[in-house]
Amino acid sequence: MTTVTATPTDDRVATRSATATIMGRPEVGALIGAVAVAALFLLVAPAFRSVGNIGTILYGSSTIGIMAVAVALLMIGGEFDLSAGVAVTTSGLAAAHLAWFFSLNVWVGIVFALALSLGVGAFNGWLLHVTGLPSFLVTLGTFFVLQGVNLALTRVVAGGVSSNSLNDLDGFASAKAVFASSFQLGSVEIKVPIIFWAALTVIGGIVLLRTHYGSWIFSAGGDSAAARAVGVPVTGTKIALFMGVGFCAWLLGMHNLFNYNNVQSGAGVGNEFIYIISAVIGGCLLTGGYGSVVGATVGSLIFGMTQLGIFYAGWDPDWFKTFLGVMLIAATLVNLYVKRKADAR
Amino acid sequence: MNAARTNAARTATTHAGESSSYDGPVLELENIGKSYGNVHALRGVNITVRQGEVTCVLGDNGAGKSTLIKIVAGLHEYSEGTMKLRGIVRQFGSPRVAQAFGIATVYQDLALAPLMSVWRNFFLANELRKGPFLDIPTMKRICAEELTKMGIVIPDLDRAVGSLSGGQRQVVAIARAIYFGARVIILDEPTAALGVKQSGVVLKYIAKARDAGLGVIFITHNPHHAYLVGNHFVVLKLGHVALDAHRDELTLEQLTAEMAGGQELAELSHELRSVHPEKVVLPHDAPGGIEAPELDPNELAGMEDV
Repeated sequence: MTTVTATPTDDRVATRSATATIMGRPEVGALIGAVAVAALFLLVAPAFRSVGNIGTILYGSSTIGIMAVAVALLMIGGEFDLSAGVAVTTSGLAAAHLAWFFSLNVWVGIVFALALSLGVGAFNGWLLHVTGLPSFLVTLGTFFVLQGVNLALTRVVAGGVSSNSLNDLDGFASAKAVFASSFQLGSVEIKVPIIFWAALTVIGGIVLLRTHYGSWIFSAGGDSAAARAVGVPVTGTKIALFMGVGFCAWLLGMHNLFNYNNVQSGAGVGNEFIYIISAVIGGCLLTGGYGSVVGATVGSLIFGMTQLGIFYAGWDPDWFKTFLGVMLIAATLVNLYVKRKADAR
Repeated sequence: MNAARTNAARTATTHAGESSSYDGPVLELENIGKSYGNVHALRGVNITVRQGEVTCVLGDNGAGKSTLIKIVAGLHEYSEGTMKLRGIVRQFGSPRVAQAFGIATVYQDLALAPLMSVWRNFFLANELRKGPFLDIPTMKRICAEELTKMGIVIPDLDRAVGSLSGGQRQVVAIARAIYFGARVIILDEPTAALGVKQSGVVLKYIAKARDAGLGVIFITHNPHHAYLVGNHFVVLKLGHVALDAHRDELTLEQLTAEMAGGQELAELSHELRSVHPEKVVLPHDAPGGIEAPELDPNELAGMEDV
């Protein structure tokens, strides 16, 4: 065909160098940040250098990372979930109250909590779809509703601010083994949530980059009208993403329940921001359409390291939140800088 | 042509109630109307699209062209009349349904996700898979081939679409529709943002798609482009069909006149005579102070439609 042979190669656009391609990855900023934070605490906190503490740091990170993975996917899909923090508590309380109140096998409560968590996610997505309101508003509503339900129902069922112990119910031992056990790997203690976290990161990363659902998520967040126009089921994709957050909230909620034997009804408030910050440090754009699951996992690791690093360094832990704020802004600036450099080739 | 193309064609032919031997017009719109509240964007529109023909839809801003293609593409549902696809009345609930019936669309705003890579955009919602996973090498290869055929070379298909030039983006959107359109492709103002050379390439592709037996709906407000490739011309004006003619019944001059509103064009050239195109004046360096041109009430009414 004539047009093919007549087309000269456009020499204005050079192929990007390998460095630029690597620097263009969304998780690069987070990786740089993680190395910097690790270096800082290795320097100032002797206990940070102990190999045995790796397990503790990873565990702290995993309780953020499990949620951050789902929240990152949701943010890439263009939506927020401010109810993610209390949803973890809701899930734990639902399982505990149901099983305790009716003296059921705890697995009945666990399955009920799963259904409830997925239901809350689906409800968020559905409400977003029918109202057309921003997810910030819709999930802010859900946040308050769940927070109120957590406190009020716990007062009614357990007569206080924490759920009753499930120790003597059927299935407790097996549930604890599944959600809150640990094993030794050399001198490092690996708690089960670390495995959940790693598995979710791998699955989330593969779904995002290697399956067609990933393309749907990126496009739903990048330009939902365009995605819909070419045939992407945008509503379904977003509802599924909210349900993914629900699933992870259930997983973490079950861990918390069986790790501590009860759940505090006021817990979880404010954690939604930590999940969002982890995702943002990991390279997710607030506007959607761009980001990385691996980045969110590295972002959670930065949090875990900071939390324990401050403690090990003997600093006043009151500074933790301040440190988080500085980290958030620094990471966002690094991401922006790296992205601009990479885009400019 | 290739695996994906035949796949699309196959899904298009397996819908219930269709016979494979159908040889009437692929798409018939009868008295189609669409209202948004009390605004009638389209009223009583009749259009017939045959496979192997280019049907040009022309009209000024606000004539109802975009509404019309959104109905055919499945973005909007029509509120009056009937739309028949291969003789069977259909109402597409979503663009996905329209695509499953073999209708692909190039939207005026291109419908590309700016932060996504070129190849992901090309195959968006039509991804090739190997088992549960994306078949990335094949998708990149096909994408590169199709874009090369259209006359653009993008060395790095992982580049975000947002970093391409307007013309390159247009070509990506057109290449995608031509690759996936099984029966009908709709092009909404595909040449509006393009230079002369790339417009030529797009027009050649429209002819190629026609030769391959597709029904092409070519929406434009450039009668010269339309006349180069069109078999059939429909001019829309304020939501009505103002002209519906086959190529044999029409010359380019008539089409241009009809499109521009004939008499209105004559008036315009008369009025513009007073602007003196050869005139040069001293530089203007204070902000503001530029007089509005004098417009008559008809022209003002036309602007409100935009």
